[in-house]
Amino acid sequence: MADFNASDLTCLRGERLVFGGLSFAAKSGDAIMLRGRNGAGKSSLLRVMAGLLAPRSGALCWNGENIADDRAAHQSRLQYLGHQDAIKPVLSVRDNLRLWGQLRGVSQLDAVIDAALHALDIHHLARITGRYLSSGQKRRTALARILIGQSDLWLLDEPTVGLDRESCAELSQLIADFRATGGIVIYSTHIDLDVKNPNILDLDDFAIPMVEWLTEHADLNDDTNDSANMQHSVSPQEAVQ
Amino acid sequence: MSGFMAVLQRDLRLALRQGADSVMVVAFFIVTTTLFPFGVGPEANILARIASGVIWVSALLAAMLSLERIFQADFEDGTLELLALSPVSMEMLVLGKVLAHWLTTGLPLIIAAPLMAVMLNMDQSGFVTLMIAMLLGTPALSLIGAIGAALILGARRGGVLVSLLVLPLYIPILIFGAGAVEAAQLGMSATEHLQIMGAILLLTLAATPFATAHAVRLAIE
Repeated sequence: MADFNASDLTCLRGERLVFGGLSFAAKSGDAIMLRGRNGAGKSSLLRVMAGLLAPRSGALCWNGENIADDRAAHQSRLQYLGHQDAIKPVLSVRDNLRLWGQLRGVSQLDAVIDAALHALDIHHLARITGRYLSSGQKRRTALARILIGQSDLWLLDEPTVGLDRESCAELSQLIADFRATGGIVIYSTHIDLDVKNPNILDLDDFAIPMVEWLTEHADLNDDTNDSANMQHSVSPQEAVQ
Repeated sequence: MSGFMAVLQRDLRLALRQGADSVMVVAFFIVTTTLFPFGVGPEANILARIASGVIWVSALLAAMLSLERIFQADFEDGTLELLALSPVSMEMLVLGKVLAHWLTTGLPLIIAAPLMAVMLNMDQSGFVTLMIAMLLGTPALSLIGAIGAALILGARRGGVLVSLLVLPLYIPILIFGAGAVEAAQLGMSATEHLQIMGAILLLTLAATPFATAHAVRLAIE
């Protein structure tokens, strides 16, 4: 039984406060759907969860242990799907997937790749090179990647972009299967993905004005104080935008 | 180690499929070297005198031209981000990529160098030393260059920037590389020069993967 939670997360991008005071908790089998308008920080939150981006304050814990303490362990249990499909135009679909299996030390890799290709219904494309794939096929190849190797956490950033209706249904099925085996899925989407009772995390609720956050955290450290002085002339509305 | 091999294999396969890159580096090397006889005149003794320096400068420039491709394509299509998320340490992945870069640029340059030496009328006594010096020097070029290639990720007009960052760092390799060949041609021992080049290689091998990995992490944040 795994649990993944965070308390009081703050994300700062450049001079802009993306979200602040964000907390969530998830345990095995849970799904969290991230909602919010464009720029609310859905992608940033997923990157923070993956460890690609360090939160400005707050901590993420897996089974009570801070993920920053053991990066490698966190990275080996998560699968991340970003905006980009990371598909090399000159390599076949199978060769594209092979690298990710090798990096995770997957045994019997060919069989695992076959299973992933079947799950996404792209087995007939295995030998096609990346440059001849349509954008939907590329997205499905990227989705096949997250099936390669054991994982406990899926972080999916807009997984449905470029997918047709059938593929969306397949994705829903994959998510359901993964949750049934005890996985945690955290995803952002603009269209309705058929996922059974997800917890909804609305990032618009955590968009707090910069000035307010700075006064709350004035004691955090010195360089925040500096930017606090700089930001005083900015009105709260401007700061969140 | 398996991660190192996986990245090395994939980068080599990519380089083979897009063979033009390696060919271009060697072609650039040959063309640049060929320009010197036109510039300084065809007098055999003058060419023989400058041959080692010309070959090294051309090799530095050719190696530098290809630096961008170590990380740029992976950065643009999101692969680098996923590599950073893999359980394998970034330093190991960087080493794999650098070795792939050396095998596809450094090694062809070493093979082409004696041909250029013959063209420039270099004394035969310098050939073996030239090869050894390049064998020690070109991996260091790839290792140092990788830092520059990682630092310019996300920058516009990165190609010019990388040359400004990296070329000054190449100077020691140029001095000792050309010095070794010159010493051999004058009948003196080139051992000291080659030892220093070996030391530079070991130093860069130990230090640069950490710097490069850090630069990559900054770029994808």
